[in-house]
Amino acid sequence: MTTDLQTQPPPGNRLRAHDLKLQYGERVVAENLSIDIPDHSLTMIVGPNACGKSTLLRSLARLLAPNHGSVVLDGQDISRYPSKEVARRLGLLPQTSIAPDGITVADLVARGRFPHQKFLRQWSTDDDVAVTAALERTNTADLASRFVDELSGGQRQRVWLAMALAQETPLLLLDEPTTYLDIAHQVEVLDLCAELQESGERTVVVVLHELNLAARYATHLIAMRAGQVVAQGAPKEIVTPELIESVYHLRCSIIDDPETGTPLVVPAARRSAPRVRES
Amino acid sequence: MTAPQVVQRRPAIARLAYGEWSVLWRPRAVLASGLVVLAMLVFALVQLCTGDYPMTPGEVFGTLSGRGAAAQEFVIYNLRLPRLLTAALVGLALGASGAIFQSVTRNPLGSPEIMGFTMGASAGAVATVLVLGGQELAGMGGALVGGFVTAAVVYRLAYRGGGVQGFRLILVGVAATALLDSLVSYLLLRARLQDAEGAYTWLVGSLNGADWQQVQIIGLTVAVMIVPVLAIGNQMRLLEMGDDLAQGLGVRVAVTRRRLLVIGTVLCAGAVATAGPIAFVALAAPQIMRRLTGGSVSIVPAALMGALILIVGDLAAQQIWPDTQMPVGIPTLCIGGTYLAWLLYQQSRASRL
Repeated sequence: MTTDLQTQPPPGNRLRAHDLKLQYGERVVAENLSIDIPDHSLTMIVGPNACGKSTLLRSLARLLAPNHGSVVLDGQDISRYPSKEVARRLGLLPQTSIAPDGITVADLVARGRFPHQKFLRQWSTDDDVAVTAALERTNTADLASRFVDELSGGQRQRVWLAMALAQETPLLLLDEPTTYLDIAHQVEVLDLCAELQESGERTVVVVLHELNLAARYATHLIAMRAGQVVAQGAPKEIVTPELIESVYHLRCSIIDDPETGTPLVVPAARRSAPRVRES
Repeated sequence: MTAPQVVQRRPAIARLAYGEWSVLWRPRAVLASGLVVLAMLVFALVQLCTGDYPMTPGEVFGTLSGRGAAAQEFVIYNLRLPRLLTAALVGLALGASGAIFQSVTRNPLGSPEIMGFTMGASAGAVATVLVLGGQELAGMGGALVGGFVTAAVVYRLAYRGGGVQGFRLILVGVAATALLDSLVSYLLLRARLQDAEGAYTWLVGSLNGADWQQVQIIGLTVAVMIVPVLAIGNQMRLLEMGDDLAQGLGVRVAVTRRRLLVIGTVLCAGAVATAGPIAFVALAAPQIMRRLTGGSVSIVPAALMGALILIVGDLAAQQIWPDTQMPVGIPTLCIGGTYLAWLLYQQSRASRL
């Protein structure tokens, strides 16, 4: 059944969600939420804190079962796949993960191969190739024999990304991959996401806090508020002062990013310019 | 795909391959485990040689290969070998069980005794012996019933939102242990001195008088659990990195955790049914091994370390005061207790940094 799906891709995008109702216990986070992730896009999901963007990502990755509606992966309800089959098609990097004590970078990245392994076939040439490629791609090949504990935050995030890449999934979901990183490392991680998307191998979905970076990198931007999609499309078309006002309740003006021409959100100042009181 | 010529520098992933089959291994873990096995063999030989009837290593080997005198055969086959095998197998089970509980709870304190299983078994055995007047085998049954009932209650109370939370498991386990401890004290205080003495061996754990029946019980438990343990090891390692990540990699988190708890409980049950609640082996073995292998807790090395601790502990129990039948639980309590104190000291220092 699943092999049929692989040879004959169904119409529509590979990852879709239809009429979701998401809740944690009694608290409803989103209702009537439908979303379509364009194939081969770099989709970024933005929105204020607690708008449900991470929750949506978790349900797209099958970490959270919707109370109503369904997530559709390659034309079939995602909950009907075996766990490892989902993991061969869709990779997820959660916001926080725990690196085991005393593990080397190569060993950690190698764990991304788990969905491709069997009990008595734990390592193959394919695994070697995938791990090496993931290390090269994230610029971490030199760190391969170092311990993860002794890396800097930026290096560590690249190693986690390498692990997700080694999983070799056509869909890659990243939950706030730039948290705790300084601006240079944020750009580095997002550059990598852009490269992955541009090379045509992967569809990448990123939940991001940094609105301006999202507008710069996304090919498809989804703005959420209170569990609803407020707007989606190319950043240049959808990012307007009205949208930002309605999503974040923030007055702002939008200018062109001098580097890329993408929209740049400049929050309105409390007053025109900081004044220095004269004594 | 990256161009093929880039794939020159192979990352250092150690594996053992035979045809299509391959198994991952960590060189340092294998080295450390090998040394532990070597130490085990040495102490095993010492144990077989020493006692009221001393034998030379040559005589021991001779007897084992069927060339011993009748007396030697009796001493080896009826007394020392079953005791040695019981010690080794109980140690394996306890070490493996401890590694599983510590991994599931992501906490070095998460051992079967902290979680209430061991105290439940003690309470069950003591209650059977003192209240129902049961003998040895009934005590064993009581221990199993008590252990499983306590474990089930503790898991149920720690269950929330579709899964068992590691830290809740420890907190509930500590509460259950305290409760059962007072019950045991009450039963012992009310009992006649002679009965209390018999029941008391259930509270310390002993290999005295271990015979082939004990070897069978624990041997069967260990044998049945070998395949599940080896099959679930990789999933367990991924679970340590967080539920979301593990599930993203295709591990069925809730199912895997439940299976791990069942395997850990059964191993611990086998050990307790065989030798009573031997303290601290399950707690200390995985942590000692973790420091030797320089990685996270893993089942097989911890099991081997458990066996070593128990063999050495039993040797010490027999040799320190040869005239008294000291239960093996006392030396392991010394080893484990000292170790636990050191661990807590280290942790409190680390958290203050």
